[in-house]
Amino acid sequence: MRDQVFPHRHLLGIEGLTPIEINHLLDCSERYIALNRSTHKTTEALKGRTIINLFFENSTRTRTSFELAGLRLGAHVINMQVETSSVTKGETLIDTAVTLNAMHPDVLAVRHSDSGAVKLLADKVNCGVVNGGDGSHEHPTQALLDALTIRRRKGKLNGLVVAICGDVLHSRVARSNFHLLLTMGARVRIIAPRTLIPSGIERLGVEVFTDMAKGLRDADIVMMLRVQHERMKGSFIPSVREYFRFFGLDRAKLSQAKPDALIMHPGPMNRGTEIDSDVADDFERSTIREQVELGVAVRMAVLEILAQNGAAA
Amino acid sequence: MSIAAPGKVAYINARIIDPATGFDGPGELLTIGEEIADVGRKLFEGKPPKDVQIIDCDGQCLAPGLVDMRVQLREPGEEHKESLKSGCEAAVAGGVTTMVGLPNTNPIIDDEATVEYVARRARKQALTKVYVYGAATKGLLGKELAEMGLLAEAGALGFTDATKAIADAQVLRRALAYAATFNFLIIQHPEEPSLANGVMNTGEISTRMGLSGIPREAEIIMLERDLRLVAMTGARYHAAHISTAESVEIIARAKARGLNVTCDTAPFYFALNEMAVGDYRTFAKLSPPLRTEDDRQAIVEGLRSGIIDCIASDHAPHDQDSKRLPFAQAAFGGSGLETLLAVSIGLHHSADMKLIDVLRRLTVEPAALLGLDAGRLAKGKKADLVMFNPDRGWKVVADDFRSKSKNSPFDGQPVQGKVLRTVIDGRCVFSATSGAVS
Repeated sequence: MRDQVFPHRHLLGIEGLTPIEINHLLDCSERYIALNRSTHKTTEALKGRTIINLFFENSTRTRTSFELAGLRLGAHVINMQVETSSVTKGETLIDTAVTLNAMHPDVLAVRHSDSGAVKLLADKVNCGVVNGGDGSHEHPTQALLDALTIRRRKGKLNGLVVAICGDVLHSRVARSNFHLLLTMGARVRIIAPRTLIPSGIERLGVEVFTDMAKGLRDADIVMMLRVQHERMKGSFIPSVREYFRFFGLDRAKLSQAKPDALIMHPGPMNRGTEIDSDVADDFERSTIREQVELGVAVRMAVLEILAQNGAAA
Repeated sequence: MSIAAPGKVAYINARIIDPATGFDGPGELLTIGEEIADVGRKLFEGKPPKDVQIIDCDGQCLAPGLVDMRVQLREPGEEHKESLKSGCEAAVAGGVTTMVGLPNTNPIIDDEATVEYVARRARKQALTKVYVYGAATKGLLGKELAEMGLLAEAGALGFTDATKAIADAQVLRRALAYAATFNFLIIQHPEEPSLANGVMNTGEISTRMGLSGIPREAEIIMLERDLRLVAMTGARYHAAHISTAESVEIIARAKARGLNVTCDTAPFYFALNEMAVGDYRTFAKLSPPLRTEDDRQAIVEGLRSGIIDCIASDHAPHDQDSKRLPFAQAAFGGSGLETLLAVSIGLHHSADMKLIDVLRRLTVEPAALLGLDAGRLAKGKKADLVMFNPDRGWKVVADDFRSKSKNSPFDGQPVQGKVLRTVIDGRCVFSATSGAVS
C-alpha cells in the first residue's frame, strides 16, 4: 500500500518536501533504531524484494549503509560498482537505467558525480529511486540522518541555530541540509572563505559568515563539512595549514558556540584540516559516530517506503 | 644598533601642515620621547621649558613624514642593487618615514618567515619603518593563492604579485574573493601581459624610434576587467601606478558606483611623458611606460580631483649592468625615493595644486588605506616628521643618491622642494645641513 504521508515514488532531494513529510520520514526512521541495536537485526518488511546500489562514484560508508539497510529489511541487495559495470565500456547513463529496469528491481540507490544525473536516471525507470548523492546538488538521506541526530539530542529542530562550516560551494550535504533545516524552522548560518561560498546563497535564506568566531557565536549545532584535498592546493584555499588556522574547528573557536553545542560531521573527516581530533573525539558533544548509526535507520525507512510505494503503483 | 631615547624636542617657528586635519599655518610642535606631545599655533608663548631641545624651523614646513606605499627593496636577494640599509638611508633623505616593499625579493615574500625576516632586518636599521606586501599567488606565478591569512598575521599589509599583473581572470577572482574573506587589500599592477611585451608607449615616438610598444589599452583593458571582478566579489582593490587618461576615468566611474577601489600613481607619470625616452635613455624605461602628454595632464588632474588617492615613489633600483644596455634589453624601473617629495611638490608649483593636497596623497591617504597609524600630526601619535623648504631649488644628481642604484629618470633635472630634516619616533635621522644620516 502506498504510504499515506509520503506518497512519492522517488526521494531525489529534500527541496520541495513539506515539514510533515520530513517529520514522517524521521518518525519512521526512529522505529528502526532499536532494531539496529538488538541482537537479531532483521525484519521481513522487504522480503523477496530487490535493491540495487548503483554507485557511479566511490563511496564506502554510504554504500555500506544502504546495503545494510536493505539486508536488515530482508531484501536482496546487489552492489553495482562503476569499475566493473558496462558504464566504463561506454554505455550511457540512460542505457544503464533501461538495462537495470528490465531486471525489475524494487529500489535503486544511486550516487553520481554529476548534479542532476540521478533525476535523469529516475525518469527512465519504473522502480523507486533514492538519491545517494548527486554532484554538488543533494544528498537527502544524509540531511535526514543529520536531522534525526539533532532531533534526538535536542528534542526539536525549530528555532535551533545551525552553523554549517567549510566547503559549501561543492557540498551536496550542505544543500540538502539548508533545505531541510530551513523547512523545519531552524536558523542556518554558513561559515567559509569567500572562495567556497556559492553565489546567491543568501537568497536561499541562510546567513553568511566569513569569520568562525562570529559565525559560531551561540550556535546550537556546529556542522563541519569535509574539504577535499584537491581544493586545498591554491585554487580555492592557499593551504591546509592556513585553512585549519582560520576555518578548522578547534576548542578555541568552538568556545564561541553554546556550551552544549553539538559537533557534527558527515564524514570522512580530515583531522587537522577541518577539525581538530580533540574536538572530533569529544564524547559528550561530537555526534559523528551517532550520525553513522542513525544513517542505517534512516535508509531502512526510506527504502521501505519507496519499495511499498512502487509496488502500489 | 641601540638608540638613545629621544628627549623633549620643540619645533618652533614652523609652518605646520597636517593634511589629516586640514591645518596649514604657523605653529609649534612638541615631541616627548617617541611621540607627539602637542601641536598648535602657540604652545610655549615664546618661552619653552628649559629641559627642551629647541629646533627653530625658520618658517619652513613641518609635516607628517611621507608614507610611500610602493617601493622595491632588493633585500633579500639582490643586495647589490639595494639593501634595507641603503634603501632606508635613501628613504630618510627623501623624507619618507614609512614605506611598503613589494614581495618580489628572492626568496619571494610568500611565506611568514620572509615577512618576519625583512621586518627584523629593517628594524635593525632603525630608520624608515618598513612594511611589506605579501605575494597574492605562490611564487608570484599567478596560479595558486598564497597564504594570505598567515602572511597578514606575520605583518603583510596587503597582497600583490608586485610588478606582474594577476592576469588569469579566475585566479584574480579567487584572490579577490579570498582576500574579501578577511577584508584584505589586493594591489594590482594593471597591465594585460599579452599586450605588454613592448618596451615603451605605443605611438608615434615608438614608431619613429623603432621600438616595440606597450599600448595604453594594456592598462585600460586590465582595469576594466578587474573592476568587474571587484564588483562581483566585493573585495578591496587598489590599482598601482595608473598612467593613462582613461584609467582615471575608469577609476572615477568605479568610485561613483561605490566599489571599494583606490589607486595611486608615481611621480614619473605626472612629471614626465614619453618624450623623456628621448635618445634611448634607459633610465626612462619604466613599467608601465611613460605615456603621452595628454595622459600626463590627465594624471595631474586626477591627483587634483582626488580620483587618484595616493602618490607612491614606485622606487625600482637597478644597477648599471641592468640599464647600460640597448633600450629593448634594459630593465624596467626608476629610482624614486630621493626625488619623491621634490617632484611631487612640482604639482604645487606648476599645476596649481595646494601643497596640503599634495602632502595628503603622500601621507594620510596611503596610511589610511593600508590601515597604518601614521601620516598625521596628532597628540599621542608617533613623532614621524619631515621638515622641508617647498621652494628651494636643487638639481637632481643621481650620483649623490644614498640609494645604491642611480637609475633616476630625473637625473640632471632642476626641482624645487628640499628635505631639511627627517624625524622618526622623535629622533632626527636625517639633516640636510650636516647631510648626515644618523
